Amino acid sequence: MSENVEKYIKRKVYKSTSSRIAQKFVDAGLEKLRACINCGTCTGSCPSGRRTAYRTRSALRRALTGDESVLKDIDIWLCSTCYYCYERCPRDIPVTDMIIKLRNIAVEEGYILDSHFGLANNIFYTTGHGVPANGENNKKWRDLRESYGLPPLPPTVHSYPEAVKECQDLMKAVGFRKLLDNAAKLKEERAKKEEKDKEE
Amino acid sequence: MIEASIRNVFDHLGAEILELPGASCCPAPGVFRAFHIPTWLVIAARNISIAEEIGANPLTGCNGCYGTLRDAWYELEHEYELKKEVNEHLAKIGRTYKGNLEPKHVVQALYLDMGIDYLKDHIKHKFSDLKVAVHYGCHIVKPSDKRPWDGEYEAPRFLDEIVEVTGAKSIDYKDKYMCCGAGGAVRTAVKEVAADFTREKLTNMRDAGVDIIINCCPFCHLQLDLGQMETNNIFSDIIGEPFHIPVIYITQLLGVAFGMDPSSLGLIKNHQLSGVSPFISIDPFLNLVKEQII
Repeated sequence: MSENVEKYIKRKVYKSTSSRIAQKFVDAGLEKLRACINCGTCTGSCPSGRRTAYRTRSALRRALTGDESVLKDIDIWLCSTCYYCYERCPRDIPVTDMIIKLRNIAVEEGYILDSHFGLANNIFYTTGHGVPANGENNKKWRDLRESYGLPPLPPTVHSYPEAVKECQDLMKAVGFRKLLDNAAKLKEERAKKEEKDKEE
Repeated sequence: MIEASIRNVFDHLGAEILELPGASCCPAPGVFRAFHIPTWLVIAARNISIAEEIGANPLTGCNGCYGTLRDAWYELEHEYELKKEVNEHLAKIGRTYKGNLEPKHVVQALYLDMGIDYLKDHIKHKFSDLKVAVHYGCHIVKPSDKRPWDGEYEAPRFLDEIVEVTGAKSIDYKDKYMCCGAGGAVRTAVKEVAADFTREKLTNMRDAGVDIIINCCPFCHLQLDLGQMETNNIFSDIIGEPFHIPVIYITQLLGVAFGMDPSSLGLIKNHQLSGVSPFISIDPFLNLVKEQII
């Protein structure tokens, strides 16, 4: 961690600040955010912020001050990655990429929505596609393809089982499998704890 | 049916499309990259390496795939250490990423490689009065430092120019360059938020009096088509009349003007299936085609 950022974080210790998470933010390159002059162009340009509680500047500021609560909010998942904040930032901060990094840390800490976990685990990891055409549920789409003279399944991983294995081997090698398993574990532990707290 | 129209229009234009055997999800830039950047990068590099094997540029008709392939390519071209790491992983499955092939979008191939004049040469019929809402989507123009449009992102014109080759008129509407709402994992997270983006876009398009929507991304297409239906349900109390604006992919429009069989462009229903696209009827568009050009 650079000395400056360390000082900055120490100076602005918020209630929910955790040094472990703050370190992760710094490692992810959030140091760039120190160039932020709080002008709010990112928030003002955000089509998601017009209709939700997601405030780009607020999310990034919380990250910069090591405030872990930013990872728990659904807000950071409401960015549609349209890149207006990235383009318009007068300080050339790659804002959208920073939000993506925040999401990476959130997943690492087990803050991933059920719908996203299902998409990652049951669809992407299992089939190699994000929008698969195989399986009983998708038969109508294969029929649709055929009606326009296309093969029912494209010549992608769908037609090459060994290619699915290749993708899974890569995902394992790069740590995706472990990440998902760990996220599932953390989610479950958290759910159990909440259940217990309720009982008490 | 977007894929059929891309394949047949490219064939008509004399461009040969080769297959990428065993390619996978790009992977999607707002979803899978948001879960784990290293996974996103290595799977994208694998896809590009398949294109390298056959020696052809990766071509995609999707803004999301384009975002991924293009951004991954850009990162791997500029960061030697990253490329080295990725290649260490790829070596485990017997692949290498070399990195001399630029990933391209269908619209990029049409506009920059073939050019407007080349497209004009193929026009057989022109629309006499077709009002189009052009929807670019986000990742075809942004991040602009990694795109081939000379840094233009606030008000690009390339897709409008392609549309106008067909005689159709691109109508300005409020917040034309706004996102459809589907991307960045938002549709999967909270469908209602995505639909609210779409509601705003559709309202602005309808206010401008357009006949159809033209887009260049299957995910935007889905959101503007299926999402239009969802918008009609979710926001029935505030939108007044339900929306019914046909959603057409750019190569479908071009193909019609080239005099191609609408059935080869996925415009005529060749099946009795339900629950597949188009979700919003495209009959009003086909009627305009009949009236104006056939």
